Amino acid sequence: MAKTLLLGNEAVARGLYEAGVKFVSAYPGTPSTEITESAVKYDEIYCEWAPNEKVAFEAAFGASLGGARSFCAMKHVGLNVAADPLYTASYIGSNAGLVCAVADDPGMHSSQNEQDSRRHAIASKVPMLEPCDSSECRDYAKLAYRISEDFDTPVLLRLSTRISHSRSPVELYDREELPLRRYEKNVTKNVMMPAMARIAHKKVEERLIKLKEYAETSGVNRIEWGDKKLGIIAAGSSYVYAKEALGDGASYLKLGMVNPLPVDLIKKFAEGVDRVIVVEELDDIIESHCLKHGIKVVGKELFSFEGEFSQSIIRKAILGEELPCRSISEGVTARPPMLCAGCPHRGLFYALKGLGLYVSGDIGCYSLGAQAPLAQIDSVLCMGASVSGLHGFNTVRGKEQAKKSVAVIGDSTFVHSGITGLIDISYNQGISTVIVLDNSITGMTGHQNNPANGLTIKGDPTAAVDLEALAKAVGYRSVRVVDPYDVESTRSTVLEELSKDEPSLIIARRPCALLKNVRHSAPLEVDRDKCVGCKACLNVGCPALSQKDGKALIDPLQCLGCGICGYACKFGAIKKEGI
Amino acid sequence: MAVTNILIVGVGGQGTLLASKIMGKVYLEQGYDVKVSEVHGMSQRGGSVVTYVRFGDKVWSPVIDKGEADMIISFEELESARWLSYLKPEGVLISSTQKLDPAPVIMGKEKYPENILNKISDMGTSVISLPADKLAEEAGSPKSANIVLLGAAAKRQDIPKEVWVEAIKTSVPPKTLEINLRAFDLGYRR
Repeated sequence: MAKTLLLGNEAVARGLYEAGVKFVSAYPGTPSTEITESAVKYDEIYCEWAPNEKVAFEAAFGASLGGARSFCAMKHVGLNVAADPLYTASYIGSNAGLVCAVADDPGMHSSQNEQDSRRHAIASKVPMLEPCDSSECRDYAKLAYRISEDFDTPVLLRLSTRISHSRSPVELYDREELPLRRYEKNVTKNVMMPAMARIAHKKVEERLIKLKEYAETSGVNRIEWGDKKLGIIAAGSSYVYAKEALGDGASYLKLGMVNPLPVDLIKKFAEGVDRVIVVEELDDIIESHCLKHGIKVVGKELFSFEGEFSQSIIRKAILGEELPCRSISEGVTARPPMLCAGCPHRGLFYALKGLGLYVSGDIGCYSLGAQAPLAQIDSVLCMGASVSGLHGFNTVRGKEQAKKSVAVIGDSTFVHSGITGLIDISYNQGISTVIVLDNSITGMTGHQNNPANGLTIKGDPTAAVDLEALAKAVGYRSVRVVDPYDVESTRSTVLEELSKDEPSLIIARRPCALLKNVRHSAPLEVDRDKCVGCKACLNVGCPALSQKDGKALIDPLQCLGCGICGYACKFGAIKKEGI
Repeated sequence: MAVTNILIVGVGGQGTLLASKIMGKVYLEQGYDVKVSEVHGMSQRGGSVVTYVRFGDKVWSPVIDKGEADMIISFEELESARWLSYLKPEGVLISSTQKLDPAPVIMGKEKYPENILNKISDMGTSVISLPADKLAEEAGSPKSANIVLLGAAAKRQDIPKEVWVEAIKTSVPPKTLEINLRAFDLGYRR
């Protein structure tokens, strides 16, 4: 059969299609986003962007109860948001199969922490599968539905950046179309109040015993005998790194199910080899499991709790070998990501510059406003925390502080979990000022529509959250809208709102400069006669600007004519091209 | 066949992903096992980006490590320097001579290093340099620099030119096909 090169995430979506899944709900989050973006291409699957991961999980749970194989996807920190429904869905189980993909980000390519999502599987007592390439992504997505229905449980599918974002060959099969399962009212099973939950918990513990048996015997975990001097236990990306580094020079216990873990199978494997090394990124979960059951293994003595692994790391740790290479050690300047040319966030941050404010930040492209030269953000915790965090900060530091601080949060993040923080401020008589950076899109994850932009996942028009009306409805009398390209007006609006003895919401509204339907002005030019080379314009931190021969230079290929740098120039040296 | 490792490096937004997608398609059609590992998310906002392309009889790891690359295709000079340690000492570096200032240089805090490609060549590394950005403009669009570099890389592999052309035809939007084929040709001649 012909093979197609698919991203791990695309292969998961293919698995959903082949498994007859009818319902997908997700909130975008790198590295999980493309699962949903690929699933939406199959007409047979209903797909949606949910306002956040908790909603996505609950919607998928409801769809499972309603009789359709259902799915939700999120990044590792998204599962924290969805943890509430997950832990009790574990008690209720599934009607039609219920699967949740969670993508970890070891190395933090695009995340604020590198927590290990296996801990959620252990704590919620649900099975977790972990594929090692795209083909297994497809296979395990399908297997997850069988396990979910056979064991009456939600199933977690654990991915990681390298598995989600690597392309490898996948064979394509047909879809299995399934009728809706019967829904029958069953209060004992589906209503989690204490009396029923006590019964359900007993069932969860019994289920875990059965799942352990499955982990021992089903073949999802397999032994590959090679050289018996060394045995490697690994799953997912760690398994392929180990195979690359050691080849037939070791035997392997390849784990496809990482919760619950087998015991007898590991014992059998350990007895067959001279010594056992556990290779696992992030936490020492397999290693601790082995030690708990008296199986002698080595793991974190050799490997870090931090970052991604690779074949070299394994080669060096186990074989002590390193490959020769040449390198340039000096002058290789770092290239951190920065706000794009024409980014409306730049205008807002430049307007805040010099005001000496405490800026409570959030998760999105605008986190980059923390970096020099804009350097405006004081704190970033998690989705939505800019608003609620500012409320706490200002409550303990008093009213005067509240007049010298703002929260900045994107439109999608605001809908995700900023609204409750806004209510916290108004309900508790705070006077904090919140700025929503409304660029009409979920930007960092690669342009997904969201409930505030009036477009569905397919780009069809739909109801849009009216941010102004929403703020008023939760108690904000002072709501202002500004254009962040207009730096002066943005700055004066911020100062006006800060001076008030009531909470304010400012919406800095301008679409992301990378959106295809956004029109741009002609590139700007530097008047070399007027430019004195003071470098003030470089303080806006725009990739289109640089300094050459002592004067500012604008790259016409990158410049989108936003004009923000013009506000920085005191000499009127930045002008429209050809004027 | 032993695994061949190709690293594609550049700056977020330069179009490295399309180049790796076409390469992956070609190697798969030639009957190889293939893995292509991409970068999404934060780094795409103008940061340093890398894509790993690996093909052979059996490919396990999706990543390429220091000292493992047979070829580096670089979209930008400073990125050539940054990723040089990933090249085998006998490997080849195909680098555009385009220079894009990183944030510390834009802000005037650091200088863009000079003579990067000469320095790399003086170390004994085999370097093919070409002005991919200028050739792309010549082809009809500065955005086709990725296909210029793909052309230069294709020239140094044992796969017929027609196979590459066919893969480009099925990978780029129809209205940019002519430009991209010209871009490929300009790179292939280097």
